[in-house]
Parts: sequence; C-alpha cells; structure tokens
Amino acid sequence: MKDVKYIPQRDGYGLGLLELCKTREDILVLDADVAASTRTNWIRDQYPDHFYNLGISEQDMVGTAAGLALGGMIPYVSTYGVFLSGRAFDQMRTTVCYNNLKVRFGGAHAGISVGPDGATHQALEDIALARVLPKMMVIAPCDSEETRKAVIAAADIDGPVYFRFGREAVPVVTDENTPFTIGKARLVQEGSHCAVFACGAMVYEAMCAAEELAKEGVSLRVFDLHTIKPIDEEAILTAAKECGCIVTAEEHQTAGGLYSAVAEVIVKGQPVPMESVSVRDTFGQSGPPEALMNAYDLNAAGIIAAVRKVLERKA
Amino acid sequence: MVHTDLSALCRQLRQDVLEMIHAADSGHPGGSLSAVEILTALYFDVMKVDPKNPSDPQRDRFILSKGHAAPILYAVLARKGYFDPAILPTLRSLGSPLQGHPHMHMLPGLDCSSGSLGQGLSIANGLAFAAKKQNKASRTYCLMGDGEVQEGQVWEAAMTAAHFGLDNVCAIVDNNGVQLDGTTAEIMGVEPLGEKFRAFGWHVIDCDGHDLEALLAAFKEAEATKGKPTVIVAKTVKGKGVSFMENQCGWHGKAPNKDELAAALAEIV
Repeated sequence: MKDVKYIPQRDGYGLGLLELCKTREDILVLDADVAASTRTNWIRDQYPDHFYNLGISEQDMVGTAAGLALGGMIPYVSTYGVFLSGRAFDQMRTTVCYNNLKVRFGGAHAGISVGPDGATHQALEDIALARVLPKMMVIAPCDSEETRKAVIAAADIDGPVYFRFGREAVPVVTDENTPFTIGKARLVQEGSHCAVFACGAMVYEAMCAAEELAKEGVSLRVFDLHTIKPIDEEAILTAAKECGCIVTAEEHQTAGGLYSAVAEVIVKGQPVPMESVSVRDTFGQSGPPEALMNAYDLNAAGIIAAVRKVLERKA
Repeated sequence: MVHTDLSALCRQLRQDVLEMIHAADSGHPGGSLSAVEILTALYFDVMKVDPKNPSDPQRDRFILSKGHAAPILYAVLARKGYFDPAILPTLRSLGSPLQGHPHMHMLPGLDCSSGSLGQGLSIANGLAFAAKKQNKASRTYCLMGDGEVQEGQVWEAAMTAAHFGLDNVCAIVDNNGVQLDGTTAEIMGVEPLGEKFRAFGWHVIDCDGHDLEALLAAFKEAEATKGKPTVIVAKTVKGKGVSFMENQCGWHGKAPNKDELAAALAEIV
C-alpha cells in the first residue's frame, strides 16, 4: 500500500463531535478526565457549553448521561474503552440499555495498539461486553474518517450506541466520499477464495494481506465490518456461500468479539470453515504499538497465515 | 382525586403495599413502609406533576434510587391517578406492568427504571443538568436508602451535584437504619450521614421522615436553597406502622402470609 496517510482514529471522534456541536443544541460531550486523550478537549475549547468533565468517575458519568438523555439531551460519554465497558458496565446495562436511552459511548484507546501503557489500558473485551447488551448498537470504525462519520451518523439513533476507536495514528483507507451506512458491511474489495471480515485498524491489514496473496493467485473478498451490532447478516451469509470460508480480524479477544458475532451468523445459515486473527485469551503488555501488533500476530502476516489455514480446511 | 387528609391516604398506601406484596408472595415491605410519608409529601403536595400528562417535559421528576421500594411508588402513582389501582395485585406477575423493580417503559408515571442500587443520584443530576441547559424550572427528587449510600457511585454523584451547583436536585435518604442483612451500624456504618453530605458541599436538612408537616417544610427549604444541592436526611422506621415488622431486617424482602397480613392491616386501618 503506497502513499497512505496516518491519522489517529480519535481525531475522527473529535472532528465528528465538533461538527455535531456546531449545529445542534442537544449534543453534550462528557469526559472522565481524559479529554486530552479522547480529543474531547477540542469540544471543551471550541464549544464549552457542550462539554462537561465529570472527573475520574466513569460510573457517575454514565449515570449522569442517562439523566441527560432522559431530559432530552444526547450525551457522548468519552473515556478509555476499557474503563467505560468494564468499570461502568452495570450503569450501561441497567440504566442506559434497559431504558433504551440515547447515550453514545466513545470507547477510546481500543485494542492492544494503545502500546506502552500496557494491559490495564488496552480494551480487548469491550466489543464482547457491549454487544451482549440488549438495545446496544456497537460500531468499530476502520480509520479516522469513518470514525467521524460514525459519530455523526449515530446522533439520531433511537437508543444507545457504543463506539470503539484506537489511540495511534493508523492508515486512512476511506475518504469523505466512501459510503458509510450503520448496519451495512462495507465491501472493500471483491474476491472469491476467502472472505475476510475485519474491523478497526485490521481493515488496512486485511487490504495488505489481499494485495500480497493476489500475487500468488489467491483472491480475498475484504469487508470492513464496522457495525458489529446489528450485524450485516446478508453480507456474511452471501460471502460464506460464495467464498466458502471466512477469516475475521480484530484487535480484541477471540471470545465474544467480531469472530463470535460472525460465527453466530454463519452457524445458523451457512456454516463454513472460519479462522480468527485476534488476541487469544490473554492480556496485552507494554511495548511500542507496532511491535505489540506484530507480537500478537495482529497484522497482514497474521491474516495471511489464517487464510492459508482456512483454505486448507475448505479444500 | 383530591386528598385533603394525607394521613388517611398514608394508611391507604400502607394497606396497598401490604396487600400487593401478599398477593405477589414476594417483595420488600420494610423499605416501602418507611418511605410512605416521603412519597406522599412529594406526589400529593411538592411535585409539579400531572397524571393525565405523565411525559410533560416541564414536569418535576422522581427517581426511586432504592428501586426495591417499588410497591410504595406503585401505590402512590395508582392513588394519584396514573393508572387503575385494581392492577396493584398483579405486582411481580408475568406480563404485569408492575415489575419487581420499576421499568419505566412498562408503566406511565415512572421517570426512570431502577433496581441496581447507587445509581439514582447520578441520573437525577443528569436530569437537573438538562433542565438547567433548557432553562426549565423542573426539579428532580431522588430517594435513596441509607444502606444504599454504601455504594461508591453515590459519593461520585454527591461530588458532581455540588461541583456543578445543581440546586434543582433534592436527594432524600430514607434513613431507617436497617438493610437486608442487619442494621447499617452492624453491616457497614454510614453515619454521620448529614456530616458526610455537608462535607461534600450539600445543604443538609434533618427531619422526621414520618412527619408530613416536617417533610413539607423540608422540601420548601430545599427549593429555596440556591447554589448547592439539598439532601433531606429523613429519620424513618423500617416497616413503619406494623409493629412486628418495625426495625426488623427479616422484613426487608419478605411477603406477609395471610395471617400476618390480617394482623398488619388490623394495626393500620
């Protein structure tokens, strides 16, 4: 992949919020003392009337957001995904989802690529935790531009939405004209031998894997499965039928995330061999982001290996 | 319905609570009976609400943070005219709008679902924030149990309300001194409650939670207090009105059988 720009996904979160606050009175942005990290400091500085820092109190922040939503506002609560989905899980479940409130959860610093902060700060279970909650929508955009679009598109969803996005600068693979529809997997490239469903920064890795494998005549159908819930069953079942095997790729635990979500679809409609590129029931550690991604096989090479394995099983 | 005699209404509400819980054969009488006068004062005097327009955006809001006291809230809403009291005995039965803990989408008049303790004050703060943003006069009331303040989130929310000067929030602690497993003093001491809230930047009013006049005066003082949130620490008796239930943790979450119901009603009615 040549000439690719690198921008942190969290910039897209901040930009999307800025756009919303520019035109809408009902949008509020809440943070739990990590505004400089989540980019909500951009809102704090440009639209101070739309911003509240609740301090280091994720549970209270989510509860406060629920009250704001009950009062007719649309709050975006923002902090590291690991704390949002973990520390405030009961508040997400019983106060936000049970009431079906329009609270938006910005889960920043998702995945292992958070890097040197280590395992305590790497959200690797948040997709699983969020998607088991009734009413909750779950979106894992692939780059900063798609994150911006998701933040804006979610504003009027009639219920809770969880986003996850990474900290580091990652390749920008979409532009403002790339279609983005919540609930609709984005076909990145056509292919016939194996379908790859990826989310987050793994979409770029899947594109690199496809380019590499094409040299040896293996054709990958690559999807950006940005909406994990509600999932695009049609795209998954069609790909399973036409390609005959599937690889999933995510910066998340194997259990409960994208792999599980896709598997749940194919087992009921079109069972085919599947392989997963993910974090295998272990915690992360400190290290430079790229080195960590490589250490846990969360890269194009990992996807290529998974494709070779699944093609053997398909044969 | 106009209730000129709130004391008579309180007797009716206690009867409703006991009959509902008996019919359901489960539920929480102790903490419902301790909150009878608090909810009566709120819904029949203090709060600006209209049962014919339960989703009026200008209304005052009530968050039952101690969600297990649902029976008294249901009884109050029914007697206020939100729904037919005839459905009260369906409490906790399959398909009933009267869930074991309140579910706002199943019953008119509920401002929020609740049941997982410690969360209501944060929700009340959010509602108060929204009212201020929208320049509404709406006030938010939040009833907590004294055992409930053992939850850490309560104190996060206490900080938030004071930090942002949410004077349109009024918290009430149903200070009955008893929780599920025993007295609060035995299980996890919460006193001095008033001093704790004061240290967190709140205006604190101590009052007898079974004295309607005292409660009404306290709510008036709360409304007149500007720049900071108010908490009413209401001294109450768990199981109030039924001698064998009073101050007994065994009656926190147990239904009276037929004989116990008869004995209880004989004391109340």
